[in-house]
Amino acid sequence: MSDILDVVPADPKKFIQGRSGPWELVMGLEIHAQVASNSKLFSGAAVGFGAGPNEQVSLVDAAMPGMLPVINRHCVEQAVKTGLGLKAQINPWSRFDRKNYFYPDLPQGYQISQFKDPIVGEGEVLVERDDGSSFTVRIERLHLEQDAGKSIHDIDPNATYVDLNRAGTALMEIVSRPDIRSSEEAAAYVKKVRTIVRYLGTCDGDLEKGNLRADVNVSVRRPGEGLGTRCEIKNVNSYRYIQQAIEYEARRQIEVLEEGGSITQETRLFDPGKMETRSMRSKEDAQDYRYFPDPDLLPLELDAAWVEQIKASLPELPDDKKARLQSQYGLSPYDAGVLVIEGERAGFFERAAQGRDAKLVANWTTNELLARLAKSGQDIENSPIPPEDIAGLVELIETGVISSKIAKEVFDRMWAGEGTPQEVVDKHGLVQVTDTGAIEAVIDALIAANPDKAAAVKEKPQAIGWFVGQVMKETGGKANPAAVNEILRSKLG
Amino acid sequence: MSDLTSLTLEAAVEGLKAKRFSSLELTQAHIQAMESGRALNAYVLETPDKALSMARAADARIASGAAGPLEGVPLGIKDLFCTEGVRTTACSKILGDFKPTYESTVTTQLWRDGAVMLGKLNLDEFAMGSSNETSAFGPVANPWRAAGSNQTLTPGGSSGGSAAAVAADLCLGATGTDTGGSIRQPAAFTGTVGIKPTYGRCSRWGIVAFASSLDQAGPIAKTVEDAAILLRSMSGHDPKDSTSLPVEVPNFPSFVGRSVKGLRIGVPAEYSAPGMPAEIQALWDQGVAWLKDAGCEIMPVSLPHTKYALPTYYIVAPAEASSNLARYDGMRYGIRAEGKTLTDVYELTRAEGFGEEVQRRILIGAYVLSAGYYDAYYLKAQKVRRRIADDFAKAFETVDALLTPTTPSSAFALGAKDTMDPVTMYLNDVFTVTANLAGLPAMSLPAGLDSQGLPLGLQLIGRPLEEGTLFSVAGALEKAADFRAKPRAWWRG
Repeated sequence: MSDILDVVPADPKKFIQGRSGPWELVMGLEIHAQVASNSKLFSGAAVGFGAGPNEQVSLVDAAMPGMLPVINRHCVEQAVKTGLGLKAQINPWSRFDRKNYFYPDLPQGYQISQFKDPIVGEGEVLVERDDGSSFTVRIERLHLEQDAGKSIHDIDPNATYVDLNRAGTALMEIVSRPDIRSSEEAAAYVKKVRTIVRYLGTCDGDLEKGNLRADVNVSVRRPGEGLGTRCEIKNVNSYRYIQQAIEYEARRQIEVLEEGGSITQETRLFDPGKMETRSMRSKEDAQDYRYFPDPDLLPLELDAAWVEQIKASLPELPDDKKARLQSQYGLSPYDAGVLVIEGERAGFFERAAQGRDAKLVANWTTNELLARLAKSGQDIENSPIPPEDIAGLVELIETGVISSKIAKEVFDRMWAGEGTPQEVVDKHGLVQVTDTGAIEAVIDALIAANPDKAAAVKEKPQAIGWFVGQVMKETGGKANPAAVNEILRSKLG
Repeated sequence: MSDLTSLTLEAAVEGLKAKRFSSLELTQAHIQAMESGRALNAYVLETPDKALSMARAADARIASGAAGPLEGVPLGIKDLFCTEGVRTTACSKILGDFKPTYESTVTTQLWRDGAVMLGKLNLDEFAMGSSNETSAFGPVANPWRAAGSNQTLTPGGSSGGSAAAVAADLCLGATGTDTGGSIRQPAAFTGTVGIKPTYGRCSRWGIVAFASSLDQAGPIAKTVEDAAILLRSMSGHDPKDSTSLPVEVPNFPSFVGRSVKGLRIGVPAEYSAPGMPAEIQALWDQGVAWLKDAGCEIMPVSLPHTKYALPTYYIVAPAEASSNLARYDGMRYGIRAEGKTLTDVYELTRAEGFGEEVQRRILIGAYVLSAGYYDAYYLKAQKVRRRIADDFAKAFETVDALLTPTTPSSAFALGAKDTMDPVTMYLNDVFTVTANLAGLPAMSLPAGLDSQGLPLGLQLIGRPLEEGTLFSVAGALEKAADFRAKPRAWWRG
């Protein structure tokens, strides 16, 4: 296959079985990420969530006569940063074009975008699947553009209301190559891009608010064939919807093809209520946007030294952080991967791991804390248990003050707000009994009371387990298991 | 009092400074002239109250010794400049009674320097026209009439109101804008001086856009000195316009009267249009002779791509206009025609609001930008535009300025366009569009009368940012031509 678009080796495990045989799903995504910025791309008007309708609209945003756009340097910097985070080519010369169409939430009658010469060129993203394996998605380009306002159709049955607060805010459109082969991969790719932009601070990644949304280009083909005709599913804004939309769309296309039909290139909308995609407009009705370079703006020329400066200021990115967590703390790829999904998680871990058994800290963070947080819908930044307390808990385990089993109880009480691990242990007397004298006394009494069982241990060493169990029972689980074993072995062995 | 209106701007500034008269007197005289000149239809909005209050404020500043360079000088403002709280229409129905909440940068600078606003001046709708006949307010009458004729002539366009008002002494100077000759052609038709400065010299912020890459503001004035004084106030870097040049504004008036000895003046062979009236050629030859007498070195030059300039202009300008005028959609300001569907509202609003010529240019513009035609028209035009600019750059390696006729004829009759196809009308711009395409400063000044007693203009084109040279050469020509003719004041009834 000589097509540069089509480079991912086919994997039969991902094929979808149709009535007439297997099909391969091929996808590329366009992610729209709102640039984290206090002001809009060309107007200087404030950007903020929660302002009243049309309260964040400048004369430029409302396209008053004679108003002119001026590029926001911060937004350009954010785009460059994102490009660097996507390991992409930063184009020293780029240009803004006008995309012309009429709509009430587009006051200028055109969107300022980058059509021919985007600010960022080719890059790539390494994406982890749930099973820990990874794949690469190539980035075709990233460009800057203005968002439109919002048309609100459901306030009045006979009127449409327009809120221009969003009009003119900066978006980065990140366009991938068609390197994605399953709905899980598509969701994983969006997650990874979200992680990267959040690390960089270039987009808050808030899917619910629509600050990160994806258009998915879906096509299917018989394994080994060239790329099929694609349909674009617009504006899907949750991982679950992305997967559902793709699965529905793939099935739909396969059905059409298996019935001898052909796919029409079109734009489709996903309806999460009905769990289906439906046609929005076909290629034939596609508008002619009459793109041309915006004569109100000069070409964007980036100073190489400035780009270098931005590069030097980049934070550690998830792939590098994952590698470092593995090498520095001896974490498994899985644990490291879970921790780096959010920079805050990794930061939490690293604060807790100082001077402690890092693997233990990772276990408590990923298995217990993250699970609890997920259940209660909280972020790690607002964790009721601070990193110092995870460190304290692990310290108590490491020094033998509590057993792992007791540690679970301590953790539950910490979660319930009962205080630091030490406070919990003190309050509830959860200290592990390591006083060998006390343990010895319990053991001596048990042996004396159960001579038959003690004799059995000499023949069948596994029978010692019964004594261990009894000691734990007698001590309310607080006996140090290592000490119990050692004393039992010396007396019975 | 009527004497005061016959003063030059320069003389008025002197008189005000010497307190020979007050700004109030000067302004009152002009208000009277404006009112008795209504037959010319030069003003579409008179703002006498505003003028009087500005004049009083100017007198106060003069009295306190805080006079600016234009203190107390009454001016007319082309109705393409947005004026805060004062109706601004671009002489189009579509803007209705639009009152901007903001003031254009150029007019802000004029008021900063003490000027007084008399009113808003008529123009071709959205500055699209060469006869002022496309104005929604009806055409302007040229103060000049052919000897022995009562026929009303065009003042040219699009700054027809500005040129007529200056020629008829209805103001001491006026603002204009020039996209393809809209300052220079009316200046030539009315015996006034007009300069279109280097692209980027004057801010476009707050000027209703026609074709962004070509539009420039500039003054229309009674003398070269007056034009220099006005341009100095109008110019300057504006961070709100990305295409505004970050350069110092020279003391333009200081260039007027400087010796032009040794300056090399180019005479481009291609401006000798076949069929051009002999009178125009004779005037051109006369201009050459005057400059030779003043010590200039005259050199033939070649601008081989000149013949492509007009078609190039009539692709680039409509293309940009089609997009710039998309904002007039009936949604936020101006008129709105009711319709059953959104498309109806758009179509009916724009059909009702835009005149025939504006509609024609929007259609041409949309056509040349549309898929399948973009390369053949818009892209090709951009390439030719580059060649035209290169021609000038090459010529300016050997000469300091170019001398050409401003127009291929003197003022023609109003209504002549009814029997004229649009292209014949467009031919008016044949000598002027080149400077817009190349972004160069260019100036027209009156050099004599034709056999009918109508004024004819000569055009000077200079290197980028070398308006100063133009003012020196124009000063020498003005002195040699000694053009003192005035139209007889038939409009006073």
